[in-house]
Amino acid sequence: MIVVAFTWAEFAEQVAAGLASGAVYASLALALVLIFRTTGAINFAQGEMATFTTFIAWSLMNHGLGFWAAFPIVLVIAFVGGIGIERTLMRPFERGPVVSAAIVTLGLALVLNGLMSVIWGGADRTFNGGFSTRTVKIAGAHISIQYIGMVAVLFVLVALLAVFFRFTKVGLALRAASLNPDSSRLVGIRVGWMFALGWGLAAVVGAIAGLMIAPIESLGPDMMQVILLYAFAAAVLGGLDSPVGAVVGGLLLGLVITLLGRYVGYVGQTLKLPVALLLILALLVVRPGGLFGRVAARRV
Amino acid sequence: MRAVPLLEVDDVSKRFGGIVALDGISLDVGAGEIVGLIGPNGAGKTTAFNVITRLSAPDSGDVRFDGESLLRTRPNAVVRRGIARTFQNVELFRGLTVAENVRVGAHARRGEHSVDDVIYYVGISSVRHRLADGLPYGTQKRVELARALASSPRLILLDEPAGGLNHEEVEDLGAFLRRFRTDFDVTILLVEHHMGLVMGLADRVHVLDFGRKIAEGTPREVQADPAVIQAYLGTAA
Repeated sequence: MIVVAFTWAEFAEQVAAGLASGAVYASLALALVLIFRTTGAINFAQGEMATFTTFIAWSLMNHGLGFWAAFPIVLVIAFVGGIGIERTLMRPFERGPVVSAAIVTLGLALVLNGLMSVIWGGADRTFNGGFSTRTVKIAGAHISIQYIGMVAVLFVLVALLAVFFRFTKVGLALRAASLNPDSSRLVGIRVGWMFALGWGLAAVVGAIAGLMIAPIESLGPDMMQVILLYAFAAAVLGGLDSPVGAVVGGLLLGLVITLLGRYVGYVGQTLKLPVALLLILALLVVRPGGLFGRVAARRV
Repeated sequence: MRAVPLLEVDDVSKRFGGIVALDGISLDVGAGEIVGLIGPNGAGKTTAFNVITRLSAPDSGDVRFDGESLLRTRPNAVVRRGIARTFQNVELFRGLTVAENVRVGAHARRGEHSVDDVIYYVGISSVRHRLADGLPYGTQKRVELARALASSPRLILLDEPAGGLNHEEVEDLGAFLRRFRTDFDVTILLVEHHMGLVMGLADRVHVLDFGRKIAEGTPREVQADPAVIQAYLGTAA
């Protein structure tokens, strides 16, 4: 076992790195929770959707656009694309079994992955992100501006979503539609379009995750596959129906994995993922609903 | 001849597989009336409500509101024509607060009643920030009524408003509904098993049995109708 010299400055740097990757897991987990909450579907295509929009950003930037100019364009494309997917592919399964919808999203993931290989090729690309990779010195630790930016983007995103769901008429209608479709129709809500809106929002949130991670991982069709696994783990850790849980779960997972990898020597490097998942499993035994989820209680 | 009624159900039939839930039902509700829809269990009362609110499409017949067919109106547009309802088993948005439930009710608001007015009127101000699903049953029914009122309907369909309420609450409900017809200038069609409430409240009553309409009239007329007595008490020995 390799003994690592410990300094607080380096620990702080590792925490920043962990929270930054955690922010990406959290965003993707948030996208999963958005779709699960609104339509009850598990979206296995969330990762490939995010990679696809990241490739679109890459193409735009190859045509001379800066990252922050491409950013809003990509989010609009993601939003429209998410709505389009729900209206065409998912709609027929709206009232069907959950498994059917899940299989459709699996198929969509495969199709998108193939499409990306055809359009952009299978090779990995470098992707220049919107944040500087220089570091700032905070209390002796050198923290990357990129990491700070990634976490900041997550918090802005969460704040915007919270305002949308809590204070706007459409946000309230979206929550209502997911809770009770029949009653929602009777009060005049177009439930189908609310489901589509949920997919559109999830696609936007996922796209942001892709744009944040692409500068760290290299951009290829499979970029999000492992991250989607982390996002699922984060979502389950937080409680699959809880947006707050997804965020906390994602940040926590990023932190634990990074610190395990750095400080627990051989075991941490190669087994950090299984160890992290084992911890989640242990937690779910104690709290089956996740950290913030509600265990479904049925009145009989 | 009366003017065109606000709601006309015209020869409506609805089958579920081999079961005939509605068999050529016709009924009408005039503007400003309180009309009762009664009948034994399985008579088709709730199915009639579902057809009127477009949750369920009839096999034949027509439903007209304000002289115009409702059957081409989509379920989410029914409220914009001025129809709201409550459910037999209270269909609130669990996980939303009381105030949010009422706000959702105002999603397609046509009229002048604000969410705050309605919450105050129905008497649920003290629980407005509580989650709807933890409240006592009677309070949940008030929340559902407030949600329906928030859209400022012209016609409100109440499915067993007295169900699950105690004697005192039922008396309050009767007085409340009479007052609220005037205050909100609304027409009421109610399904109710509590005969005391219906007979004391309704201007007219339609009686269903096994999907057919067997009687219609004032409460006094209906109560004396042999077909109604037989439907409720069975064939005299």
